[in-house]
Amino acid sequence: MSNLYKFPGGIKLPGHKAMSTSQPIRKAPIPDRLFVPLRQHIGSAAECIVEKGQRVLKGQMIGRVSDYVAAPVHAPSSGTVIDIQKFPAAHASSLPSDVIIIEPDGKDEWIENEPIADITELDQSELRNMIRIAGIVGLGGAAFPTFIKLNPAGHQISKLILNGAECEPYISCDDMLMRERPHEIIDGAKIMRHALNAEQVIIAIEDNKPEAISSLQSLADEYDWLDIQGIPVIYPTGGERQLIKVLTGRDVPSQGLPLDLDMVVSNVATAAAVHHAIDHQQPLISRIITVTGSGVRSPQNFEALIGTPMSDLIELAGGYTEDADRLVVGGPMMGITLKTDATPVVKASNCLLVQTPGDHAGEAIIRPCIRCGECVKVCPVKLLPQQLYWFSQAKYLDDLQSHNLFDCIECGCCTVVCPSHIPLVQYFRFGKSEIWKKQQETLKADRARERAEAKTVRLERIKAEKKAQHAARAKKTAAGKDRKKEIEAAVARTKAKKADNTGSTENVTDNA
Amino acid sequence: MEFSQQQHYSPQTPAQASVSRVMLNVILALIPGIAVYIHYFGWGVLVNIVLASIIALLAEGLILAIRRRPVVTTLLDGSALLTAILLALALPSHTAWWVTAVGIIFAIIIAKQLYGGLGLNPFNPAMTGYVVLLISFPLEMTRWNPPLELAEQSMNLLEAFRYSFTGFLPQRMDVDMISLATPLDLARGRLDMGFNLSVIKSEYSIFSNLSGKGTEWINIAFLGGGLWLLYRRLIDWRIPAGLLSSMLLISAVFWLINSELYLSPVFHMFAGATMLGAFFIATDPVTASTTPVGRLIFGAGCGLIIYIIRSWGGYPDGVAFAVLLMNLSAPLIDHFSQPRITGYRGRNS
Repeated sequence: MSNLYKFPGGIKLPGHKAMSTSQPIRKAPIPDRLFVPLRQHIGSAAECIVEKGQRVLKGQMIGRVSDYVAAPVHAPSSGTVIDIQKFPAAHASSLPSDVIIIEPDGKDEWIENEPIADITELDQSELRNMIRIAGIVGLGGAAFPTFIKLNPAGHQISKLILNGAECEPYISCDDMLMRERPHEIIDGAKIMRHALNAEQVIIAIEDNKPEAISSLQSLADEYDWLDIQGIPVIYPTGGERQLIKVLTGRDVPSQGLPLDLDMVVSNVATAAAVHHAIDHQQPLISRIITVTGSGVRSPQNFEALIGTPMSDLIELAGGYTEDADRLVVGGPMMGITLKTDATPVVKASNCLLVQTPGDHAGEAIIRPCIRCGECVKVCPVKLLPQQLYWFSQAKYLDDLQSHNLFDCIECGCCTVVCPSHIPLVQYFRFGKSEIWKKQQETLKADRARERAEAKTVRLERIKAEKKAQHAARAKKTAAGKDRKKEIEAAVARTKAKKADNTGSTENVTDNA
Repeated sequence: MEFSQQQHYSPQTPAQASVSRVMLNVILALIPGIAVYIHYFGWGVLVNIVLASIIALLAEGLILAIRRRPVVTTLLDGSALLTAILLALALPSHTAWWVTAVGIIFAIIIAKQLYGGLGLNPFNPAMTGYVVLLISFPLEMTRWNPPLELAEQSMNLLEAFRYSFTGFLPQRMDVDMISLATPLDLARGRLDMGFNLSVIKSEYSIFSNLSGKGTEWINIAFLGGGLWLLYRRLIDWRIPAGLLSSMLLISAVFWLINSELYLSPVFHMFAGATMLGAFFIATDPVTASTTPVGRLIFGAGCGLIIYIIRSWGGYPDGVAFAVLLMNLSAPLIDHFSQPRITGYRGRNS
């Protein structure tokens, strides 16, 4: 056990974890329809490579990618593509994205694949490519393509940190994974360590998960590069930057990455997915998701195929209670509400939380800010949320930036402690989007100005050219007049000659 | 199943605190001090509080109605009530009703609501109201009654009410009995006349071990209430810590230079409105500095100004002026005391 550090701020929250950990992970059956969105990750959407009516096999790639920051998607089960449609995504924007709808045939027939005998034989870039093709993204919630993270980019990686903190209340999918399948995580860690050439791997777990810690610890002893580290329970200790601070005492530079400190942070479930992708050649087509909250009858964890409608999982968990009134995907602190449970499970869905009126703020009376500073005390980034709030309200975008709005991780601590019940994080999201909008506008205006300036220059150039042409022509005309005189003179001379020679003069003049 | 089509934003958790609860707790924390105050200085204190509270709620309600803001929910935030109590505690025990009324109406309507209400007022409303009274009615504001143990006669609750509204004293009393100076005032006045502190203290029975009779216990009671607020984490420790330590420091320096001409640090701690100011007035979050370092500076500035006014200024106590002057500086202090954000070396951005 090494020395631990503290990050500034943070809050203690009631965990509500036990309600979903009493039952083992249950495999959800194949649903009647699978809805597989083409964009389930940070970056550009995958491009559909199947057609309506086509039969697909389990694990077959159905969406390919050409951009760097992107991840392909695969058929979660064998069956027929029955449609490709736009659906609102489980994302704060609710923007529709293309969804491939598959009718499973129930055979669950795998596409052929050859297992790899020894990963250490593999070239590291080859390994990354395999992880890329397997469509693996961060399963902690952000869904950033994993193969990018596994590229040390010239750094000598000292620590690969596997994040099993799971600091958000209610969520227990990582906890259950660590309890039941520790070997998958450790096998994944081996591969990731190899890809990064990392010296040490630390699996960090909040102290409220003793079963997970002991389960991993029992396997960890045989590896000298692996440490299982319990960390104090305080939200948001599972944030990448906060976790690094706790484990090493170091701050990731603003706008920087853990890579700047020669570290990489990844989720434990992502490690397990890497293990499946490399050791079993299975792409990312399922995940563990917690279905919990006081609004569902039998909270538990499911291993569900990507594309399974949330409504199926709710039914498997005994259905809604009578007073269920809000559906949140993710945890209560950073999750987003869903308008319908027809939304499918995607790679990033770690938790489906069904709330009842007592669980959320409801329609709390929002009072004016009394500048009490509670938000300042709990901010893990040491921002001044109340100042940012005033600036957001007034749309003082420059002040927002000079008060480092973009360092806000939107953890929600400030909102929870605010005695005036001001939705601070929402104001900050608004401020960020206003700044982005303005930057876009400035960019546009700059382009327009450049275009206008270029146009003026061009018009002037054309004008100048025309003038020059004009002048040239005028000169030419002037020169032409001179020539005319010369010709006339010549004609006159000839006439004179002809007159002398007594020949016809008419023809000569005409032909001249 | 379909859910509400309205957009809800994270975090989706019940709120942990509320403004009303904060205000209510601050008022609760004032109760021991108020009780001791009444015990030593009579029912007039309660008369002031009741009057100020009623007028404050009426005035705030009126303005809210004119401004078309929700009246009842806003009044329930408790801030007007707290302002009324703080102002009432700053007044001499037997103050005419119209003096109290002018003070609290100015505090609520001009110092608070005209700036936009709770959260938007740059100056502490209670102290603004008090200073208006101090400047407008200097005579009424410096007539203090002695602690009851030294008084030959005192008023019961009914007589205190009647005096406040009609100015009629009970037959057995005359106006000199309620027009005395406070210990701080007395010490200053006599020092200015060239007396030494040891002489002054032996001459007047109003002085006691720590500061003045009664006053010291009131300060101790407010200190107790303030510590309870700190324990409940309802106020930030930095403002009282800054205020008390700067006052302790500067008074100690002068006292060590000449203990016959300068009141002792202990006297300053437990005299006048020190503890009320440190824990209940300067800590008003709306008008104080908001950054952690800024709050220390804010508190220290208050302590310094209180000492300067008490020692060399023209008023008996300096809490109100000190708080208002520091309110004025709070935006500047905030600007220069932003904490270093994680992930930055040295200055931010």
